[in-house]
This record gives sequence, C-alpha cells and structure tokens, in this order.
Amino acid sequence: MLKPLLSGFSHIGRQVIDGTWRLGYATRFFLLVLLRSGLSFTRFGLVVRKVYFSGVLSLIIIIVSGLFVGMVLGLQGYETLVRYGSAEALGTLVALSLVRELGPVVSALLFASRAGSAITAEIGLMKATEQLSAMEVMAVDPIARVVGPHFWGAVISMPLLASLFSAVGVFGGYLIGVVLIGVDDGAFWSQMQAAVDFRHDILNGIIKSAVFGVAVAAIATFEGYDAPPTAEGVSGATTRTVVTSALAILALDFVLTAFMFTGQ
Amino acid sequence: MPGDHLVDIRNLEFAYGARKILTGINMTMERGQVVAIMGGSGCGKTTLLKLISGMLRPTSGEVLVNGEAVHRMDTDGLARHRRKLGVLFQFGALFTDLSVFDNVAFPLREHTDLPEELIRDLVLLKLHSVGLRGAHALMPHQLSGGMARRVALARAIALDPGLVLFDEPFTGLDPISLTVTGNLIRRLTDTLGLTSVVVTHDVAESLKIVDRVFFVADGRIAASGTPDEVRHTTDDFVHQFIYGEEDGPMRFHFPGGSMQADFGLGRGRA
Repeated sequence: MLKPLLSGFSHIGRQVIDGTWRLGYATRFFLLVLLRSGLSFTRFGLVVRKVYFSGVLSLIIIIVSGLFVGMVLGLQGYETLVRYGSAEALGTLVALSLVRELGPVVSALLFASRAGSAITAEIGLMKATEQLSAMEVMAVDPIARVVGPHFWGAVISMPLLASLFSAVGVFGGYLIGVVLIGVDDGAFWSQMQAAVDFRHDILNGIIKSAVFGVAVAAIATFEGYDAPPTAEGVSGATTRTVVTSALAILALDFVLTAFMFTGQ
Repeated sequence: MPGDHLVDIRNLEFAYGARKILTGINMTMERGQVVAIMGGSGCGKTTLLKLISGMLRPTSGEVLVNGEAVHRMDTDGLARHRRKLGVLFQFGALFTDLSVFDNVAFPLREHTDLPEELIRDLVLLKLHSVGLRGAHALMPHQLSGGMARRVALARAIALDPGLVLFDEPFTGLDPISLTVTGNLIRRLTDTLGLTSVVVTHDVAESLKIVDRVFFVADGRIAASGTPDEVRHTTDDFVHQFIYGEEDGPMRFHFPGGSMQADFGLGRGRA
C-alpha cells in the first residue's frame, strides 16, 4: 500500500530534479550563447544568412496567415459591432487586436513551428553527423559559429515578421470590412489612427514579439545542441522546440500583457 | 625529446563515469609514421583519438603531443593545439550547407587572413592532392562515400597540420575507394611530412600502409609492432584479429546472464 505511494512520490521528485537540472543547463547554455556572440556581430554576414533562413523563408506562412486572421477579425468584428451601431469602429478593433495581441502571438507560434523547428533540426543533424565535433577539432567554436548566428537571426526576424503579420492583417480586415461589407472607408482608417497609440500599442507589440523571438531562438538552439545524436533524438528535440516554445509564448504573453496593458 | 616522438601517451586511464574504457595505456608515435590503432568495436580506439585531440580528458595519466600536455591545456592552448591537428571523421563530417570548395576553405577562412585569391589556389591544390580538383563546385550530397572522405582529408590538411587523426577511414568503402584512400594516407604522410594515426578494423588495407600497429583489447594495449611482426605473432588475440578467426580470446557473445536463467531451462518450463 505504502510502496506504490512512495514510488509515485519518488518518480515525481526525480522528474522535478531532472527538470530543474535541465533548466539550469539551458540557462547556462543561453548565457554562453550571449557571451560568445561577438563573432555574430564582427561577421554580420553570418547573421544575415540566418535572417534569410529564419525570416525570409517564413514570409509566405506569415503573410497568408496574417491575411486570413485579419479577414476573420473583420468578419467577426463587424458582426458584433453592428449590433451596437458602431461598425465604424471596425478599424480600431482589427488594428488593436492585431498590434497588441494576435500579431506578436500568432506570428511567434507560426515562427516557432516553421523556423524554430528548422533551427533545431539543422543544429541537431549537424551534431548527429559530427559536423559540430569537426568544427570543434578545427579550433572553431560551434556555439559562436553556428548557434550564435542562428540565435540572433531569429531574434532579428521575429519583430519584423510580427509587424508584417499585423500590417497584412489590417489589410485583410480592410478587404472584408470596407471592400466586401461596405463599412465607410474614412471611418475605418480615421478611427484606427485616432485609437492606436504608437508607444503604447505598436511599440509594446514590437517589444512583445522581440521577447518571443528571444524565447523561441533560445529554446530552438538549445534543443538542437542538446539533441541526442540519433534520428529519434533529433525528431524528439524538434517536437520539444515547438511545444515548449508555444507554452513559453503563451505564458510570456500573459505576463507581458499584465505589465503593458492593464491598469490604464 | 619531442623530436623523436610526436605523440607520447603515459599510464593513461579513462572512464565514462564508473565504466572503465582504457587502463594502463602506454604508447608512442614517431614523426613521419603512419600508425594504426586496431581492436574490436567499442574497445576504446576512438576514445584514444578524442584524448589526443583534447576532446576528452583522461581520468589519470598523460597525453603529450609535441612535448605539450594536451590534458592540461586551457581553452586557448587547446585551440592552438587543434590548429596544428587534422581530424578525419568516420563519414567525413563535411558541412552539408557548404560546397566542396567552401568546406576545404573553411579552416583557412576561419584561422587566416589570406586573400581570397590565395585561398582559392590553396584549396584547389589540396583538392588536387586528393584527386578531386574537378569536384570543387559539387555539394556534399553529390559525393560518394569515398569522395566525401577524400574531401574531408583535403579539409583536414588545409592548414598543413603536423598530425592527422583518421577515425575509421575505410568503413563502408568499395574495394577501389578503399585502396585509393589507403594509398592517399600513405602518400600524403610521406610527401607532406605528416604523422598519421589511423583507427581502423580493416586489417588487410592497414597492414599495407602503416609503419606500426597497436592492438587494443579490453581497454589495454594487447600487442604492438610493425606489420611484419604482427603478422607472425604468437599472441592469441592478435592472431585471431588479423586472421578473422571465430575461436579465440575475443568472444562472440556479449557477457550476460546464464542461458539457464534467460531461457528458464531446468525449471520444468513446458
């Protein structure tokens, strides 16, 4: 009777110890990446190549998703606002929803799935095929040469993609609200212009996406670098990147929103 | 004196946690020689290469390369040591996002400030020495296993190292590629004045090209000598290994529980 209970407790305890150890190890890795980021800035071309890898190659999914999210917002927003006779506020609703929340969060989730998983798979496979070891024995630091540029490439790409997502989303809302449904063009844009504040709304949205970028980049690079050098190991690490990033983005979003947009 | 022995390993012990891998290893490798380290799978051959390159540190004992203690080197010391070292990994470990040319140019671009025209000439020279100058524009996925290893060899000698370590260079090669790779190791060692350490299972090919062989078994040096000496050895393990005999000190079955216990024999199982 007591034995299964104790075994359960011991299992939970082991999980907690392992989790804490891994969190410490990941934090140490993250600090090491920051410490060895010098090369990423002295040879910025390496980072630019990774901006292409993470950012440019994610453009299609970001633009298409942004457009559809904006169109859905336009449709749903109009349906609700028209009941209260304030359909002209559609521009404000679409813009604030996108700039404050949906833009940073949805684009970060998409970025984690598209670019985060690709970063993990690339670094994990480089490890499995001994490319990182080859670099190490050539006296080239793989953290500085491979991980750093991937990390900064993702951090730079994320706010740009989120901004693009929001811009395309606003256009999607415009297409549905103004072009299709017939909301007044002038009211749509002028109300949006009056309600959206650059510092409070746009800048905070960009800060949010930058924080998500750091989180996704740190998780993706760590999972790749720490992946067991087998096919199963790399596939598991890729899955963990997507799941952990999604949870981190949602948790961070709650905390950031609480600090940025409440009590005003 | 460092002039005689390039690599000197003394009383080396190495363990992964509680699992002992190498015990009481003593070996010296002279300059300009091709030295083979042979032994069964998992006997610690690759671990020896990692200890020489400084990727692992011994539990006790000394690893001296050119008179310098590799196991006591700090990060900068290891970087200096590795710039004078070439390593060829089992399957080449070429960077898959770089062309053959860029793979060979990689160490030159990372460690020198040479102008791009000179790097181009050096890379083509190194590729010419392994017979692949014409393949400089190919990507790694377009190469056969043997070609990939030759490109990796060109990359390993790009900075003109004094010591080159080869980890299983003959694995998975067809007979022609195998002979080409073996001859290449010998020829480059002689013409460039290298010292080569080859970890391998391939008895026939290695004995043709090496100057000295070390046999590792159960984490120890079981025997060593010139190819002629080991061919005529009376040591049971070496004899079994060289002639690929089934019976001998090296067991086919991995140690485990008794047959009776594993199959439930003698307990009246139906």
